[in-house]
Amino acid sequence: MDPSFLLVQSLSGLASASSLFVIASGLTLVFGVTRIVNFAHGSFYMLGAYVAVTVVPWLLEIDRSPWLFFAGVLISAAVVGLLGVAMELLLLRRIYKVPELFQLLATFGVVLMVQDAVLKIWGPVDIPGPRAPGLRHGVEIFGQRFPAYELFLIVVGPAVLGLLWLLMHRTRFGVLIRAATRDREMVGALGVNQALLFTGTLFLGAFLAGLGGALQIPRVSASAQMDLSIITEVFVVTVIGGMGSVTGAFLAAVLIGQLQAFGVLVFPKITLVLVFLLMAVVLVIKPWGLLGRPEPAAGRAALPEGILSPRGFGGAERALLGVAVASLLALPLFGDAYAVKVATEVLVFALAAFSLNFLVGNGGIVSFGHAAYFGLGAYAAGLLVTKGGLPMEPALLAAPLAGGLFAALFGFFVVRLSGIYLAMLTLAFAQIAYAVCFQWVEFTGGDNGVVGVWPSAWASSRHVYFYLVAACALGAILALRHVIYAPFGATLRAARDSEPRADAIGIDVRTHRWLAFTLAGVAAGLAGGLYAFSKGSIDPTMLGIPMSVDFLAMILLGGIQTVMGAVVGAAAFHAIKDVFMPLTDYWRFLLGASIIALVLIFPRGLGGAWGALRART
Amino acid sequence: MTMAFETLTRRGALAVGGGLAAAALVGLRSPRAQGAPIRIGELNSYSRMAAFSVPYRNAMQLAADTINRAGGVMGGRPLEFIFRDDGATPGDAVRVAEDLLTRENVAFIAGTFLSNVGLAVADLANQRRRLFFATEPLSDAITMAQGNRYTWRLRPNTYMQTRMLTEAARGRTQRRWAIVAPNYEYGQSAAANFKRLIGASIPGAEIVAEQYPALGRVDAGATVGALAQARPDAIFNVLFGPDLTAFVREGNTRGLFERRFVLSLLTGEPEYMIPLGDECPEGWIVTGYPWEQVEWPTHRAYVEAYRARFNDTPRKGSLLGYVTVQVLANLLNRANSLDNEALVEALRDLRTETVTGPVTMRGIDQQGTMGTWVGETVLRGRQGGMRNIRYVDGATVMFPEDEVRAARRSA
Repeated sequence: MDPSFLLVQSLSGLASASSLFVIASGLTLVFGVTRIVNFAHGSFYMLGAYVAVTVVPWLLEIDRSPWLFFAGVLISAAVVGLLGVAMELLLLRRIYKVPELFQLLATFGVVLMVQDAVLKIWGPVDIPGPRAPGLRHGVEIFGQRFPAYELFLIVVGPAVLGLLWLLMHRTRFGVLIRAATRDREMVGALGVNQALLFTGTLFLGAFLAGLGGALQIPRVSASAQMDLSIITEVFVVTVIGGMGSVTGAFLAAVLIGQLQAFGVLVFPKITLVLVFLLMAVVLVIKPWGLLGRPEPAAGRAALPEGILSPRGFGGAERALLGVAVASLLALPLFGDAYAVKVATEVLVFALAAFSLNFLVGNGGIVSFGHAAYFGLGAYAAGLLVTKGGLPMEPALLAAPLAGGLFAALFGFFVVRLSGIYLAMLTLAFAQIAYAVCFQWVEFTGGDNGVVGVWPSAWASSRHVYFYLVAACALGAILALRHVIYAPFGATLRAARDSEPRADAIGIDVRTHRWLAFTLAGVAAGLAGGLYAFSKGSIDPTMLGIPMSVDFLAMILLGGIQTVMGAVVGAAAFHAIKDVFMPLTDYWRFLLGASIIALVLIFPRGLGGAWGALRART
Repeated sequence: MTMAFETLTRRGALAVGGGLAAAALVGLRSPRAQGAPIRIGELNSYSRMAAFSVPYRNAMQLAADTINRAGGVMGGRPLEFIFRDDGATPGDAVRVAEDLLTRENVAFIAGTFLSNVGLAVADLANQRRRLFFATEPLSDAITMAQGNRYTWRLRPNTYMQTRMLTEAARGRTQRRWAIVAPNYEYGQSAAANFKRLIGASIPGAEIVAEQYPALGRVDAGATVGALAQARPDAIFNVLFGPDLTAFVREGNTRGLFERRFVLSLLTGEPEYMIPLGDECPEGWIVTGYPWEQVEWPTHRAYVEAYRARFNDTPRKGSLLGYVTVQVLANLLNRANSLDNEALVEALRDLRTETVTGPVTMRGIDQQGTMGTWVGETVLRGRQGGMRNIRYVDGATVMFPEDEVRAARRSA
């Protein structure tokens, strides 16, 4: 190939890498200091672009000078930084004391609210930003024309890296950021004002996200889908680089930028999955990313997050459970067809959420990709019925098998890691599975999926199918609950609370976790199979990131510290969505607001609130 | 098909709200349309794809009110649409469709935007034996391989629109073609149709490069570089929305489109033309909707009514919404029954005079013959537009009948 083309293509890769790094550096700083998995980082990026397409043209009216353009970009970034501060002060500060995962749920609520707020304020039409004055043209590089603005972007990345280095090494604020990244408790013990440090970090993180967004306006138009399109990619960059490592994020961004630029030449459809493949490979080889370090607190006996001492059902719980199950089973008698339909879905999601909380609450294994096993179960059942010509019954048996099989396969690698890296590896595998279902059109039907996945004749009425789902879901939930109380469940909790100690008393931690991961995959696969037959079709959204996030939201709403919380959370989440969706186009705003309200009112989830109520009486 | 995007200013939102209220009042008070309203369930991606779906809903309201004022349908009953968000996923959409069918007691359902949502709802309709009038999803599969008795589609599908473009390229000499399409069903099937059809217009045409960036995440620099490297004479573009804007900007700066012939799907639709602004490239052959140049009297009347009521210009979605209601009203009058089997039979080869000319719901593949406009892009001031436009009747570019029979054998 022509060397000048290779050079220009590699410059294109560097320009993308630079943009990606600016955004990712903010995320990695925020995570390093606060340990918050900040889903709202993508929303800050989007807001940066929207503020910039509003502010910059207004400034350019005064004078078309490059300086005013860049002043506008910096103003936009600062505005977004202040929004980050607002999020910290109004929301995150109130929930620092609760399990770290809970903040993830709160930021997810923010994502939903910002999406609709942007639609409301700026309207649904994409807004193209102005080009940068003085940088509109192309520059000839060995006979190939290359945009001047992208040459400028290539410089921005290293410049931001340099400025961040100066900040981290030459200022007290930076030193504190580094210290908190290494050991947050120690910084607190030394009397540093953590509140101020956190607020400052959130400002810096949101500022960088906003800067990344504002710098994009000469290249892409501001659109309401920007947040979700960037957030996973940015997470991947920070994880590959090592969470908390700015230099690592830079290396990872350059790596991804180059792989994308040259990958599309060989495999034009690779962009869907490339970054996740890279992340899976890096994490399997280097469990803490390129430049990350093992969690300093990993060896310490930290206060565990999750189910502490599972109590058996007391009298009140027994009564509640009896009423809940009885009214559920009687629902077809007094509810209309639609109520039966919704109850069927709630049962399916309850099983999926319960299996996830079996991992998260009981095992301390946080999975960001649980929908993979749900979706693969659905695909196994759906493909057997439509392509294999089998009836529903054997297909429903195959669903948990497929879920378990893939959970065993992926879990083999996943359980070698811990914490956020483990979570991100589950996400990577889920995205790879998603990409296969999406891309293998001949077999899986691609993104259109496969239709015609309907129950056998005897179960085709909504009522009969409801009872079938109820029997399967309740049976599986009770079986999993039994496992939590069995020695196997206690062993998982021991491994969660202190891996070295569990290891010291002779527990094979890795094997137990692997078995737990597989078992959760079996349950999720069954839920997926039941879901496919209730919808009549399968498609890749069943194993997409939004589905995984929904499951996480369900267990967090329910409370990861209680055994049955996941069931309550699934019912609450689905009910809220079902109530708001028909009411208004802005139902995502209301869903997000409800999530945030519940997080603030019940910081330990609905199940946790019930536990506290019980403890008081 | 698409991820579309568009205009809901605050004023627009008020107009929508006011429109809904007004529609309810008109439906009740109308002097001529009396009797129990005929309820039709309409589900669409009102939240995710507001750019398309809000103008679409506006126009449906406008059309329904116009019909109700003139006496309604089926001998004086008013039309009433129950609009619902389909959540933009098949899972949500199927639940919403069940809600409409069971709780809202609608006569039948219509709408949907994304192809996977449309297919899932179509299969539900087949299972429940209820009519589903698919309006926007473009996937060929809805009326071909996955077609079923209860599902009818109005809008020209991917094949039809691609064929309009390849026929517009007849007589050109460019042989080396590059394809750029979003990596999902719409893009893939447009590319596949293009490869099939271009040889008929330009003998000896070959594909020298293909790029399939992920939807909504085009890496424009790398994509433009890869296309330019293959030195094509011409480009077939399927990108739209934010991907299109990024691609066009990058391509303009790097000179990708200089001395190259470009065919581009949907680019002339206001939904995608407006966000391009002054970056709109010149001389591309596109499908689109140059509403301001369409001189048919009924179309002009509809445009004037739309602009007066919503204080906004019509989009492609508006046209589709308006034509949908015209076809459905004609259907109800013709069938004079809400029995879904009777409705399906009445739809077969039903011909309706609409604001976009006569539209027939072809019986063999249950696809409407609604057409669209083909023309050349041109920059007028700071906004793109189309010139040398011509309306291509959908009837002239439908799938050949033997292909339909082969594909729908299972249906």
